[in-house]
Amino acid sequence: MIPLTNRSKTVSNKKMTFAERLYLPGIVSGMFITLKHFFRKKTTIKYPEKKREFAEIYRGRHVLKRDDEGRERCTACGLCALACPAEAITMVAEERKPGEEHLYREEKYAKIYEIDMLRCIFCGLCEEACPKEAIFLTKETVISGFHRDVFIYGKDRLVESADPDKRIDITKRLTPEVIEFKKDKKQRHNRK
Amino acid sequence: MLTKYLFYFFSILAIFASVMVLMSKKPIHSVLYLTLAFLAIAGHFILLNAQFIAIVNVIVYAGAIMVLFLFTVMLLNLNIAIEHQKSNLIKITAVIAAGLLFVTITGATKKLDIVYNHNQVVTQIGMVKNLGKILFSDFRLPFEVSGILFLSAMVGTVMLGKKTGD
Amino acid sequence: MLIFKLILIVSILLLSLLIAMYSTLFERKIAGFFQDRFGPDRAGPGGIFQPLADGLKLFFKEEFMPAKADKFLYILGPSLTMLVALLTSAIIPWGPGITFKGTHYYFQVADINIGVLYSFAVVSVGVYGIMIGGWASNNKFSLLGAIRASSQMISYELTMGLSIIAIVMMTGSLSLKDIVTAQHGFNWNIWYQPLGFLIFLTCAYAECNRSPFDLPECETELIGGYHTEYSSMKLGFYLFAEYINMFISSAMISTLYFGGYNFPFMDSPALSVNAVGIIGTFVLFLKIGFFGFLYMWIRWTLPRFRYDQLMNLGWKKLIPVAVINMILTGLGIMIFK
Repeated sequence: MIPLTNRSKTVSNKKMTFAERLYLPGIVSGMFITLKHFFRKKTTIKYPEKKREFAEIYRGRHVLKRDDEGRERCTACGLCALACPAEAITMVAEERKPGEEHLYREEKYAKIYEIDMLRCIFCGLCEEACPKEAIFLTKETVISGFHRDVFIYGKDRLVESADPDKRIDITKRLTPEVIEFKKDKKQRHNRK
Repeated sequence: MLTKYLFYFFSILAIFASVMVLMSKKPIHSVLYLTLAFLAIAGHFILLNAQFIAIVNVIVYAGAIMVLFLFTVMLLNLNIAIEHQKSNLIKITAVIAAGLLFVTITGATKKLDIVYNHNQVVTQIGMVKNLGKILFSDFRLPFEVSGILFLSAMVGTVMLGKKTGD
Repeated sequence: MLIFKLILIVSILLLSLLIAMYSTLFERKIAGFFQDRFGPDRAGPGGIFQPLADGLKLFFKEEFMPAKADKFLYILGPSLTMLVALLTSAIIPWGPGITFKGTHYYFQVADINIGVLYSFAVVSVGVYGIMIGGWASNNKFSLLGAIRASSQMISYELTMGLSIIAIVMMTGSLSLKDIVTAQHGFNWNIWYQPLGFLIFLTCAYAECNRSPFDLPECETELIGGYHTEYSSMKLGFYLFAEYINMFISSAMISTLYFGGYNFPFMDSPALSVNAVGIIGTFVLFLKIGFFGFLYMWIRWTLPRFRYDQLMNLGWKKLIPVAVINMILTGLGIMIFK
């Protein structure tokens, strides 16, 4: 058998030597191993004062982006729901009425858009599937709760604020590779 | 003065504990009262300036033998006091035997010529140094023989353990 | 003199309690450090008030008593354990003492001529607290813990006695004061009795029910062992007594094998009697601190023994070795003295 790592040791049931049966050398060497850990740098992060750094492209809770004029980008095409392996996304589409152009970018928009955060596995496939650059995963985490219905996020919590100062920055997720990928017309959802 | 009161305290404690050994319903309580009696007797030894014997009494009797007793009683689970029905014949025999013992002890104590002189009783014989000297001079043979007996018992125990163990 | 003794008794009592209290914090801190963590550091600066918080918590916990427990014995168990844990400190010489207004005050509560035996007697009575508590709880895990404790302590007491006999043979006295005085300067017993020291150390760990011999309270097998059914301050007493035992046994190890309050160059003329007295006490506490740390170090290094391994070690290995050590010591004394 080929060992996967070079750390594996073959077990043998050979008779122990006298020094080994005394156990004292073993105990002492074990104690020095623990002592080494005693002086080692501690891995604990003192939480409330110090928070663990998230990766630049951390996949946390979602956001539904608005465009530069503050209009919702989502057109309720349902591709995200289709792509979702956990079937966490549901939506109801509605046609844009005249006079609502400042609210919705496309002629069709999502009246209801819900993500069940308990089902979501934060894989990011919805983000990849979206042809309108509307849904993104952010660095924020899903806050815990006591009831299951708390975790069903509607549009009230998903759509980012229209206030330009409160926009959520997702440029880190919009890497050139992603943009390039979005232009790839071979992918089905990028075709018009 | 204090010694006198301590003597009465330990005596009452010892008698109370001994009576309670017989009176207790639960075997565990009996064992614990017996331990208390041993401790009270150790107190008496200290009053007699026999510290070594007192401490050995505590170590051997209270510390080792009574713990083994307690151990056995716990293992046998004698919690439920099962009152064995005793026949009248046994009861009568017990009364006669106890009465005879009482008469013997009373007779013996009456015969005994107790000269209680406090200064004479309190000696230095119980101190470790003096006791050791006596054991290794006057009582050398019995001491060594009993020592060998204990050693052989200990070696025997270890040997028995070795045989069944491995 | 009587007032001095009273002050000494009270201060030693308070000191043992304080040290036991802070041992719990150090135990947790050290455990953390050995496992690459920090340990408790929230209560006060660096977690300095953690023992107070723990004590307060124990006081406010519900006093629970099993329905069919033997009420008197159930309370007697932890009380006895605590009492016995505090008793041994009376015979330990805490320092060479100081001279104040012409009188020399030696830091020892009672110099009894059977000192070592007294400590044995106290230890051997100590097992009752655990046994009574374990039995009175009316719980099979408690009972198993109590039985384990008693058999373990009886087995290791014997070996402990045999290892100390070698020291007593060398000193020719049972008094701890004499034993310490005989180790003046750097003439410590450890240089003559390394084997005896190892045996004594092992037995001390077993007697204190400390890891790797903590079978009576082995969590993986017996939930909590003898204190499974205990809560509130009664549980606190059991846990506290363990730490006091650790402190006292560290003091005993230092006294018997590491010269107690003796330190090298204590005879140098630069030091006055009082300076030696104060430094000596300080040195003793340093040694105690080291052995306390060793207790925790070993606890967080070695895994727990299996019960038959414990008994094998005690009866088949340590006792013969202790007897051999005793004979060797006797031969040594015969040849060199």
